[in-house]
Amino acid sequence: MSTDPSLPVHHKEIEEKEDVVIRFAGDSGDGMQLTGTQFTHSTAILGNDLSTLPDFPAEIRAPAGSLAGVSSYQINFSSRDIRTPGDAPDVLVAMNPAALKTNLKDLKQGGMLILNTDAFGPENLKYAGYTSNPLEDGSLNKYQLYNIPITLLNNKALEGSPLSKKEMERCKNFFALGLMFWLYQRPMEATIQWIGQKFKAKAELAEANKMALKGGYHYGETAELFKKHYRVPKARLAPGIYRNITGNEATAIGFVAASQLAKTPLVYASYPITPASDILHELSKHKSFGVKTCQAEDEIAAIGMAIGASFSGAIGLTGTSGPGMALKSEAISLAIMMELPVVIIDVQRGGPSTGLPTKTEQADLLQSIFGRHGESPLAVIAAATPGDCFTMAIEAVRIAVRYMTPVILLSDGYLANGAEPWRIPDFEKLDPILVEHPTANSAPFIPYARDEKTLARPWAIPGTPGLEHRLGGLEKQDGIGNVSYDPVNHEHMIKTRAEKIARISRDIPPLKVFGAETGDILLVGWGGTFGAITSATEALRQQGLPVSSIHLRHLNPFPSNLGDILERFETIVIPELNLGQLALLLRSRFLVNAHSLTKVQGQPFKVQEIIDGVKQLIKKRGVETWSSQPVALPH
Amino acid sequence: MVESASGVAPLTGAPQLTRKDFISDQDVRWCPGCGDYAILATVQRILPELGTPRENYVFVSGIGCSSRFPYYVNTYGLHTIHGRAPAIATGIKAANPKLEVWVVTGDGDALSIGGNHLIHALRRNVDIKILLFNNRIYGLTKGQYSPTSELGKKTKSSPHGSVDYPMNPLSLALGAEATFVARTVDTNPNHMKQVLMRAAHHKGSAFVEIFQNCIIFNDDAFKFVTDRQTRDDNAVILEQGKPLIFGKDKNKGIHLKGIKPEIVTIGENGVTEADLLVHNESEQEPHYAFLLSRFEAPQFPVPLGVFRAVSKPTYDQMLGQQIKTVMEKAPGDMKKLLHGPETWEVI
Repeated sequence: MSTDPSLPVHHKEIEEKEDVVIRFAGDSGDGMQLTGTQFTHSTAILGNDLSTLPDFPAEIRAPAGSLAGVSSYQINFSSRDIRTPGDAPDVLVAMNPAALKTNLKDLKQGGMLILNTDAFGPENLKYAGYTSNPLEDGSLNKYQLYNIPITLLNNKALEGSPLSKKEMERCKNFFALGLMFWLYQRPMEATIQWIGQKFKAKAELAEANKMALKGGYHYGETAELFKKHYRVPKARLAPGIYRNITGNEATAIGFVAASQLAKTPLVYASYPITPASDILHELSKHKSFGVKTCQAEDEIAAIGMAIGASFSGAIGLTGTSGPGMALKSEAISLAIMMELPVVIIDVQRGGPSTGLPTKTEQADLLQSIFGRHGESPLAVIAAATPGDCFTMAIEAVRIAVRYMTPVILLSDGYLANGAEPWRIPDFEKLDPILVEHPTANSAPFIPYARDEKTLARPWAIPGTPGLEHRLGGLEKQDGIGNVSYDPVNHEHMIKTRAEKIARISRDIPPLKVFGAETGDILLVGWGGTFGAITSATEALRQQGLPVSSIHLRHLNPFPSNLGDILERFETIVIPELNLGQLALLLRSRFLVNAHSLTKVQGQPFKVQEIIDGVKQLIKKRGVETWSSQPVALPH
Repeated sequence: MVESASGVAPLTGAPQLTRKDFISDQDVRWCPGCGDYAILATVQRILPELGTPRENYVFVSGIGCSSRFPYYVNTYGLHTIHGRAPAIATGIKAANPKLEVWVVTGDGDALSIGGNHLIHALRRNVDIKILLFNNRIYGLTKGQYSPTSELGKKTKSSPHGSVDYPMNPLSLALGAEATFVARTVDTNPNHMKQVLMRAAHHKGSAFVEIFQNCIIFNDDAFKFVTDRQTRDDNAVILEQGKPLIFGKDKNKGIHLKGIKPEIVTIGENGVTEADLLVHNESEQEPHYAFLLSRFEAPQFPVPLGVFRAVSKPTYDQMLGQQIKTVMEKAPGDMKKLLHGPETWEVI
C-alpha cells in the first residue's frame, strides 16, 4: 500500500480477489496507453502476475470523440499464474461515449462500469451513435455503474494550478488512474516518480499531474460512491528477480545479449514500421554495447545493410512487419545463396497490404517459410510470450551463425506491445554463441567448404589476408564457389541448402506435451497464442476432457519429435490467428487430419473461444463418429 | 566489450602489390570490344598504388553487365541483386569502417531499380566509391532503353522511340549532395586513372560517371567525346582553378551571363580568359557543379573531370564516433540492461 503520508488512513472495507481484468478506454488523445502502462508498472512492482493487451487505432489522432479514435488498454492481474490478458474485463473505465460504445460488449455481465459523465454531452453522444443517453435510459442497469464527473473533479483537484483549463483537462487520465490505484490498492510512488522524470523541464505540468493522480486516489477514499476496495495478493511465481517487459523490449535486449554471448558486434538496420519500430528505438539506445543501428531508406536497404554487415563479420539484423517482409524477400534469397547469417524479425500485423497496422495476426507463417522465388529454405522460429522474445532472439542468432543461414524470427503485435512479468535470467549462465572466422593457411581457401555436421560454410571476413573471395547471387559450384551453370551442380546445391536447414532440427530440444502424453485431442499452437491455448487446455482438462497441447517455437525445421507426438493423438486441432497456415503445413508434412480453429479479427484468442471451439468439435465428432474413442461431453 | 570483428593487417612489411595481384582467376566474359575492359584494367592498375592491403578491399555490385566486375578483381567481393549494391556497401562500411568499399554499377542498376539506394548512400556520405558505368542502354537484358537513354531512342522495347525523358546521373548525385562527383570516359585511360585516383583518395561518397561504350546494343553512344575529330569541341576538361577552355584551337570558353552559361570565343568581341568561368571543385554549395552537370553536347561541351570535391564527416565515421563516445563514458552493463528500470524479487 502507498506510504504517502499525505493520504488519509483507509477505513473502507477491503475485499480480496484472485484476479481482475481492467480495461481503460478513451479517446486517442486521452492518454489511455499511458494510463494502462502506469497501472501495469505499479502492478508488476506489487508482485502480481499480469498480462496486457494494448489496443489502439492506426491513426495517431483520429477525430476526438469518434468511434474510430477509441484507444484501450487491458490488463489482467492476478495472484495466480496467468497467461493471457483476460477474455472479458471485470472493470471498464470509459472516458467518453465512443469508448463505452465500442467496449461495453466485452464487459462481463454485472461488471463494474466507471464512466466520465462529463464527456456524455449531446455532441459526443451523437458522434458515438447514441440516440438516447445511456446514463439516463436504463440500458446500463445490468452493470455496477459508477457515474463520475471525472473532468470536473479533476479540474477541482487542480485548483490553483497555473495551467489553462484545457491543459488541466488533459490531466484527467491521471485522476482516473489515481482512482483505480485506490480501488485496487496499488502504490502511487512509481507513477509519481515517472511524472517527475517525464516533466522534468515543466514543473507546473509535473505538479498538476501529481495532483490529479492524488486527487483521484483521495476521491476513491472519501467519496461515498465506493463502499469497498480490493486487494489482489502477490502471485506465487517461481523464485527469482522479475521485471515487467514487452515483447519488443525483450526482442531488443535479446539481440544485445546475443551479441555479447557471441562476442560479435551487432548491426541493426531497419525502416520504421508498426509494430516493429520499438525494436529500433530500443536498440538505438544501446550504443554502450557497441550496437550500431541504421535507419535505412527503405525495407530493401535495411536487409541489404544487414547482409553487408554480416559479410563484414557483424551480426546483421533487420526488423519489420508483413509489408516489409514482402519487400525483403529477394534480398533474403541472396543471403540464402551466399549462405550468410542474417536475422530478420517480423512483428506480424493484420494483412494483406497495409491491413490492420496496429492489430495482431499470425498470417506471415507461410510467407516466412515459402515466400521467396526458387527453392529457398531458411530457418523460421517464433516467440511464444513477450518474455520468450528474449530467448528466441538469442536462438535466432545462434542458429544463424552456426548454420550460416538467414533466420526469420516471428513475433506479432500482441507479443510486441503486450507486457508480462519476466524472470530475469542469469546472464553468466547463458550458453555462449560460438563464432569462428577462419584465417589463411597453406591450403587455398574454399568459400563453400562445408562443416561435416552442420553443412555450414566458413565465415571468412574482409580484412583477413589470403582469404579474398567473391560471393554472389548466381549459382555456386559447391566448394570452390565459382559461378556455375552446371545442371547437376545446381540440383546438388539446392539439396545441400535444404539439407543444411533440415539438420538444424538436431539442435532443437524435443517438444514437451502439456497434459497427457498420448490421448484423444492434441492442440497444436505456435507463436503468440501460447497463453490462450495453454489456458484453454488447462480448463478443458479440469473439466475432464482428454485434451493436451504442444507449442511450436521452431517452425522450420520442426522439432524432430513432432511427428511422433502427432501420431499419439486421435485428433489434432490447430488454433491460429490466420486461415489455417500451420494446419496446411502439418497436413502436408505428416498426413494428419488436422482441424483448424481460426480467428482473423486483429485480436488475440480469448481462452473461451478455444474452449468453445474444441467442445464444438467434440460434439460434432460424436455425431459423425470419425473417432473410435467415445468422448465425454461436458455437463 | 565487443570490438570490431575484423583484424586489419598493418601496412608495415606488406609486400608491394602489383596489378597482377588484383586479377582473379576468372575468365572475363564481357563482349569483345566492351568498354568495361578498359575500366577493369584501370582499376586494377590503380589499386596497388593506393597502399591499402588487398584484403581490405571489397567490391560490391548489383546486376547488369558491369556488375560482373567483382568476379574479376582478386579482392573480397559481392555480386548482389539489382540496384541494392549501395545499401549492401553501406552495411559493410557500417560494420567495418576500415574497409575500402567500391561499388560498381550501371545506368539501369543505379538509376532505375536502385535509384533510392544511390541517393541515400550519397546524402549520408558513406565512405564508398561508386563507379557508374553509363552506356545508356540495358545490355544484359539485350537492348532496352535505360534511364539515361535519350528521348526518342529506338530500342527493342521502344520501337517507335522512347517517350521517357532521360536522367542526368551527375545532376542526381549533386542533388543528393554527394561530396565527390566526377566524370570520365572509357577510351581515355589516363584521364580515367586520374579521376579514379582522386575518387579513391576522397573520404566520403565518391560518385564517378564513366561514359562506357556498349559495342553491341548502343555502339558509338559517346562518339562525340571519343572521336578525335569532334572530342575537343564537345568536351571540356575540368581543372581546378583554371578557366573553362575547350575546342580544337583551345580558344572557346564558358562565360557566365547572369546565371546562364554561354560559349564565347577568346579574342573575339574583346573576350579574354579573364571573362571565363574558373573551375572550383571545392565550392561548398553544389549549385556551381550542378550548372556544369547540365552541359550537354552539342549545345555545350560535356565536362570531364572532378565537378565537386568537398569534405564532410562520413556516415560510418559518425556512427562509430557515437558508439565510441558512449562506450568511453560507460561501457554497457549486461546486468543493468536485463534488469531494466525496476525489478522485484519473488522468494
